[in-house]
Amino acid sequence: MIPQRTATSSTVTLHVNDTAHTVTVDHRTTLLDVLREQLDLTGSKKGCDHGQCGACTVLLEGRRANSCLLLAVAHDGAHLTTVEGLGDEERPHPLQQAFHERDAFQCGYCTPGQIVSGVGMLCEAAEGHPSHATPGSVLQRATGAPAELDRDEIRERMSGNICRCGAYPHIVEALEDVTEQTLRRTDGAARRTEGVSA
Amino acid sequence: MRPFTFERATTPEEAVSAYAAQPHARFLAGGTNLVDLMKLGVETPEHLIDVSKLPLNEIEPTPDGGLRVGANVRNSDLAAHPSVCRGYPALSQALLSGASGQLRNQATTGGNLLQRTRCPYFQDLTAPCNKREPGSGCSAVRGVNRDMAVLGHSEHCVATHPSDMAVALAAYDAEVEVLGPEGVRTVPVAAFHRLPGDTPQRDTVLRPGELISHLTLPPVPAGARAAYRKARDRASYAFALASAAVVVALDGAGTVRHATLAFGGLAHRPWRARTAEEALIGSRAEPQSFARAVDAELEAARPLSDNAFKVPLARSVAVHLLTTLTARADDTPNSAAGI
Repeated sequence: MIPQRTATSSTVTLHVNDTAHTVTVDHRTTLLDVLREQLDLTGSKKGCDHGQCGACTVLLEGRRANSCLLLAVAHDGAHLTTVEGLGDEERPHPLQQAFHERDAFQCGYCTPGQIVSGVGMLCEAAEGHPSHATPGSVLQRATGAPAELDRDEIRERMSGNICRCGAYPHIVEALEDVTEQTLRRTDGAARRTEGVSA
Repeated sequence: MRPFTFERATTPEEAVSAYAAQPHARFLAGGTNLVDLMKLGVETPEHLIDVSKLPLNEIEPTPDGGLRVGANVRNSDLAAHPSVCRGYPALSQALLSGASGQLRNQATTGGNLLQRTRCPYFQDLTAPCNKREPGSGCSAVRGVNRDMAVLGHSEHCVATHPSDMAVALAAYDAEVEVLGPEGVRTVPVAAFHRLPGDTPQRDTVLRPGELISHLTLPPVPAGARAAYRKARDRASYAFALASAAVVVALDGAGTVRHATLAFGGLAHRPWRARTAEEALIGSRAEPQSFARAVDAELEAARPLSDNAFKVPLARSVAVHLLTTLTARADDTPNSAAGI
């Protein structure tokens, strides 16, 4: 017999930037709202709140996802990386540094999501994931070799992050600056500490 | 959003039993569409059964040379899997043409099939919509209907099915495996989604409490080539205005011996173009005969006030795809090259 469930809130543990947090959440609460309202991690932004703008992007088990569409109750035990976990002012992540150097933002509201999404995107490319911009002949060889990222590939792979200021040209340049090798070194270390296999 | 209770199922059977005990429940997998619809108030479940941790994550070869895909395989993983890229390139291309990188990482194979229409009236609680509230009327049939159906629609609903993946699956003759209170059954993808008729609230033939567990892709005919092509308002991250998936094989004399064609963005379900396929098989592989076959299919189109453009758009997408796939005999078989 299945027991009747009556609770509309639950207690979950989330591992955010290598720190475990146990919180009680109304089932309607998204991970984005837990991060911002309960854990005071306000780097992840609420733009559209419908998975369309990418401002809320986090890494979930090392992969980029829209935290506004993830119910906290369904992610008990999950490992998350937010923009706060990538680096700080003293030791910025190479992509944060590149955004700074390339002036890859104007108002800055979409920037944390752009950077986290960019880190996730570069990992996907390093793992050989194809994209809509990948020619059919390359797609079909499926060698598993890291994907080569020209500007068309970067723009296609970043299309889930909207910038209302239109800073796209510099965002693309910042992403071009960060080599796969750099990212593999830094993010590979972050993944290992989270116990996530690449 | 309404408050709801929650449980996590650990086996498919447990998930099906849980639904039987909670009839106002929904299965939650990736949640990319369901959670959004709950925020909008379109979906108001009283209970969620989390099926995202069910062990349905495998992509395995079948004994006959096909592929079996677990319902929880993420869209990005399915698109990048070597067996899919090499053997079913139109499926990879369809998946990669949909949504964004973030959404594809989260969305599942089963959930992609079950996503609801993006008709703006369906998502707007203040507008009549027979799909959301049966009997309330259709706002789109005489409203803003540029993105709506041109084939198979009814006075009650002109919505389109938004999936790209399902269009490629229909062209590959894939089947959906579902588990329900009465056991396992399989349904061809091409027959899985319904036409709206006078019951547009039902998107699919799935019965209450049935759970998608797997997809099965049969082996592709020897020498066939396949691709997916999508026309939309911007270069990325937009739903199809019209799309097509083609699997085609020629004999040594340049005659079509196998052809499947499915359209997306035109109807309440992926539209298998059976009339065109019949005309294609046995015809010369040349643009004129492709155009005749596609025209025979699209004769059934009944555009609405704002979407007549979809008919020539779909025609040109399909004819171009067929022409490109059959143009270069020296390409590798089952090729997506150049598309």
